[in-house]
Amino acid sequence: MTLMKSLMGAAAAMALTAGAALAEPALIFDLGGKFDKSFNEAAFNGAQRWAEETGGSFREIELQSEAQREQALRRFAEAGANPVITMGFAMADPLSAVAADYPDTKFVAVDVTWLDAPNIRQIGFAEHEGSYLVGMMAAMASKSGTVGFVGGMDIPLIRHFGCGYAQGAKAVNPDVKIVANMTGTTPAAWNDPVKGSELTKAQISQGADVVYAAAGGTGVGVLQTAADEGILSIGVDSNQNHLHPGKVLTSMLKRVDVAVYDAMKAGENLETGVFNMGLAEEGVGYALDDNNAALISDEMKAAVDQARQDIIDGKLSVVSYYENDSCPALKF
Amino acid sequence: MDKMPKWADVVLIPLISLILAAILSALVILGIGEDPVAAVNMMVSGALGSTYGWGYTLYYATNFMFTGLAVAVAFHARLFNIGGEGQAMLGGLGVAMICLYIPWPHWTMALLAACAASMLFGAVWAAIPAYLQARRGSHIVITTIMFNFIAAALLNYMLVNVMRPDGSMDPASERFPAAVHLPTLHELLAPIGISFSKAAPANVSLLVAVLACVVVWALIWRTRLGYEIRAYGHSESGALYAGISPFKITMVAMLISGALAGLMATNNVMGEAERLVLNSTEGAGFIGIAVALMGRSHPFGVFLAAILFGFLYQGGAELALWTNIPRELIVVIQALVILFTGALDNMVRMPLEKVFLALRKGKA
Repeated sequence: MTLMKSLMGAAAAMALTAGAALAEPALIFDLGGKFDKSFNEAAFNGAQRWAEETGGSFREIELQSEAQREQALRRFAEAGANPVITMGFAMADPLSAVAADYPDTKFVAVDVTWLDAPNIRQIGFAEHEGSYLVGMMAAMASKSGTVGFVGGMDIPLIRHFGCGYAQGAKAVNPDVKIVANMTGTTPAAWNDPVKGSELTKAQISQGADVVYAAAGGTGVGVLQTAADEGILSIGVDSNQNHLHPGKVLTSMLKRVDVAVYDAMKAGENLETGVFNMGLAEEGVGYALDDNNAALISDEMKAAVDQARQDIIDGKLSVVSYYENDSCPALKF
Repeated sequence: MDKMPKWADVVLIPLISLILAAILSALVILGIGEDPVAAVNMMVSGALGSTYGWGYTLYYATNFMFTGLAVAVAFHARLFNIGGEGQAMLGGLGVAMICLYIPWPHWTMALLAACAASMLFGAVWAAIPAYLQARRGSHIVITTIMFNFIAAALLNYMLVNVMRPDGSMDPASERFPAAVHLPTLHELLAPIGISFSKAAPANVSLLVAVLACVVVWALIWRTRLGYEIRAYGHSESGALYAGISPFKITMVAMLISGALAGLMATNNVMGEAERLVLNSTEGAGFIGIAVALMGRSHPFGVFLAAILFGFLYQGGAELALWTNIPRELIVVIQALVILFTGALDNMVRMPLEKVFLALRKGKA
């Protein structure tokens, strides 16, 4: 194993020295940072899996400032990295300025679907559909008839999560009470577990006994407090069931790791265009493993799987917050 | 009489502090198994080795000059303005409104109007804490820092609910029209035969920043108002006895400070992003405190310190791009510089004063 590792390390070093000819992929993390236990970390895990399986290596940068967005794109493209994978909607604007200058480089934009460029693979996730399913679970698992939602920064994307969640909860129990809070209005809201914990306690005092965290690193505090206070929580993006086995009801999966892995695997021959990853494409879903199996009854699973199938078949439609910037089930 | 000559105060102390910070940073880089010499080489060549690197270094430096001057002016009146961040955010809002809602025929007029708007918005945001300090005695440090959060919330509301174009998921305003595009250094220097990197964001607002340095110097040391500000800063009771109104000086110093912080928006919002984004200030308001401390609240010192911090930012970005040094470590290096030049100032100053006193005694 150690020998294998050093061999692979040597191969990676050689690939590095060979430079542009091999066209390493590059990965640009958003301001949240590589180890945010959710969105960016999922991308890193996907890239890591690709690197382990193929023995390849990739370049990466964790952005520190807005001005670096365009800078990193250009520097990687000029260094011959291909494809250049970017995380988060905030890369859309710099990408639209940069992509045309490097027609031979393929770019991948996760969480962006509205650009018009031939060399960008745009990947959007139907977070509202996944959130709908965990919302149903929350309402079914709740004994008090009150469920909570803790968002990260108050931006449309997070309202989109909360909106799907509220619709799912109301579909199960029309009288359900939904308590929704956002952590803050600055990027620090993505990484404030203490505030997440406080909000969770406040929601518990309002009767919530299931809390869904869509808040990046802040969610760690939400899950911790929920476990400490003996209520259930729902994780987001990555499978967070293992953080508190038996205390996390489920996790809303957003398979960013798969998207990144696929992009790196395809390499330079990447297919471009707009890709929507919904329930049908298994881009989103809920997590079921040994850690939460005891929490989810057969009826719950049957109801959620039925809803999932209905959404895929088009029999059930979940309203997206983006459609008219408002939510039918929840006021923010 | 001063304990040591002026040149030692303004040159020697910052230099020794920097060297100490550099040595400690090198040890930290060694500690994580990277080569500090190679890292320094990469930072220097990445930030100063090409017009591209200079373009980014000067872009960051422009931001820090504005916020550094803002903090420095308030320092002269013994006011600690931690609200540069919020004032710059509001300045950005003013710039965005000017650029988006008024059709400008030429960038020069747009820049003048944007300067006025950003100064106005920044000054208004500083005026409330200033009034609370001057009339109610609410401590300016507390109120300005709280106003940073209010500014963030206001900006968030404006971008998510008012200024966001329909259908966009990104909480940001529309792109400004092409007519208000500020010329970059590439466009400015091309006519006189100097080729400057096209990709770099440094732009004409660098000249605004330099001009602001000169104006602040003239204001503080060459006008009656500047004298009053300094007098108030040295002794409030003395200034009161001389007939200087503490209320007036607190308000005026904070208004100027806020206006300078707001001016930063001409660089980052109008010059670089050309649209208003949520996170446009990125902590430059706080870096301004370090810049002002290091620059001894003198505009020329602020100018130099701003370029140093611009170098650290751009050099740090190069490190993050091409090495495995994590970005947290780059923050550590920047923090060490701030720690040594700002907080640990006396650690270098006291022994140095003793050395100079001993030298003088030896001569006498």
